Amino acid sequence: MSAIGLPPFGQETVETAIGPTKTMVLNMGPQHPSTHGVLRILLELDGETVLKAVPDLGYLHTGIEKSCEDKTYSQAITLTDRMDYLNPLGNNLAYCLAVEKLLGIEVPKRAQYFRVLMVELQRISSHLVWLGTHAIDMGAMSVFLYCFREREEILKIFEFVAGQRMMTSYIRIGGLALEPPTGWVERVEKFLKMMPGRIDEYESLLTGNRIWQGRLKGVGVMSAEDAVAYSMTGPTLRAAGLAHDVRKAFPYSSYEEFQFDVPTRTEADCFARYLVRVAEMRESLKIVRQAIDKTPSEGPVRTDAPGIVPPGREKMKTEMEALIYHFKIFTEGFAPPPGEAYASIESPRGELGCFIASDGSPKPLRCHFRSPSFINLQALPKLVTGQLISDVIACIGTIDIVLGDVDR
Amino acid sequence: MTDSGGQPTNAVVARLRAWSTNAIEEVIEYRGDTTIVVPRKVLRDVAGQCRDIEELRFNLLTDATCIDRYPLEPRFELNYQLVSIPNKKKLRIRVKLQGSDPVIDSLVPVWPGANWLEREIFDMFGIQFTGHPDLRRILLPDDWEGYPLRKDFPVEGYRDIPAIATRYTRSRP
Repeated sequence: MSAIGLPPFGQETVETAIGPTKTMVLNMGPQHPSTHGVLRILLELDGETVLKAVPDLGYLHTGIEKSCEDKTYSQAITLTDRMDYLNPLGNNLAYCLAVEKLLGIEVPKRAQYFRVLMVELQRISSHLVWLGTHAIDMGAMSVFLYCFREREEILKIFEFVAGQRMMTSYIRIGGLALEPPTGWVERVEKFLKMMPGRIDEYESLLTGNRIWQGRLKGVGVMSAEDAVAYSMTGPTLRAAGLAHDVRKAFPYSSYEEFQFDVPTRTEADCFARYLVRVAEMRESLKIVRQAIDKTPSEGPVRTDAPGIVPPGREKMKTEMEALIYHFKIFTEGFAPPPGEAYASIESPRGELGCFIASDGSPKPLRCHFRSPSFINLQALPKLVTGQLISDVIACIGTIDIVLGDVDR
Repeated sequence: MTDSGGQPTNAVVARLRAWSTNAIEEVIEYRGDTTIVVPRKVLRDVAGQCRDIEELRFNLLTDATCIDRYPLEPRFELNYQLVSIPNKKKLRIRVKLQGSDPVIDSLVPVWPGANWLEREIFDMFGIQFTGHPDLRRILLPDDWEGYPLRKDFPVEGYRDIPAIATRYTRSRP
């Protein structure tokens, strides 16, 4: 069999207990439920053992990087939402940090803390989707329903704050799109009160479960050296014992002012990745708690940068300059000085980076996203070679890929 | 902001210059990022040194991407983002390539993680990586014509809008 775009991939003869047999080539996906989207993997099998795995990507490629080059800096924010659809606020943040770095503008503290709050809620919601879908892959149906129940609460908070459940575009260049609405503290407090008990609930369903342990323990082991060599980041790297977290190593958006731990494990298998993610949810709750206390109730949520950040409604009605700036921002945009900037954040899946190059025009010369799913997926063949075919499902699940992020 | 050949501004640059005097063409410090511009011939050696020298230890290649500055020459700029996990440092390596000869040494022997990043650059910009184990298109179909992230490739693409396409492409720079 030689499919388009794949290396020579033929059947080979292998020795088995019952004599020589031919290997089988199995096409997994792109419509397989366990590939979490449209990922296709070609597996060469000897019985149930994987001899070779070749991922085939691009089914969800939408050319976001090319489209960004044809939009002004503010317009491109809406595209970033649609890359990693479980982490739209994180994508907004990475993009905005890069543009802000390019422009050399500072964001008010109130907006920084609120950004942290939103992004940490997003991390919890992303981990919940991961936990639910991964549990379904492993045959634990009920966890999915519980996880989505709590995720719904987070999405309701997003809808309340930003007016949208998923593609919020809430984080903008220079601050936030809107002032946080009255009563947001109570809404988030209510969620914080409920959530720790709910995480205990998931753990009581899964952590001690013999089937869960049997499917995950000792499966898909990736040592720390290999993980670094394959550029893996995020929970996959931390489950191998390396406490590398962009929030701690290169703090952004005032993360250095927050107290939290970076959970690590040393087993480096699928079960360790599960434990790390559950522990991260609890850490995120701690950060959200601190962010509520830190966020002042009054103050600007957008920096004062005329010509870059749109002026408030009030100003536009009283000042002529504000009206002119408003018109110019939304027609021709603003032009950062020529240069390049790279900003990265710790997304639920690892380091999400944004590299922007400006040539002094109102549209980016180049806008590249370092998506963690794409780079982590690269290690999949190494993880699954020599394992059973059922372990492939566990490995794809615990790498936690989002195909929108892989293909962009 | 630019320092070419003069005073070494930071420890990483000084250490690399101590290793080889022609390792760095230019140092750019911009918005807190350090970028070293490296001649094409020594890229793989410099990358290896960045990873191995005890004081540097840039063990994680986080990102690699390309910029197309068409119609300027040298047209392509490859940017590699390195992170040192033990030292908590960042470094960007840049290599400039002429549009007529977009060939560069692959960094897969130094970081296996460069594999898909380089395939993506090949797919989108048509840069050839010598020594890459598996240089195929990654996101686009195998029979795709052209390299979409090049500046002379129209945003609308060539396909699916037959007659109108030429009109649009002619008006674009």
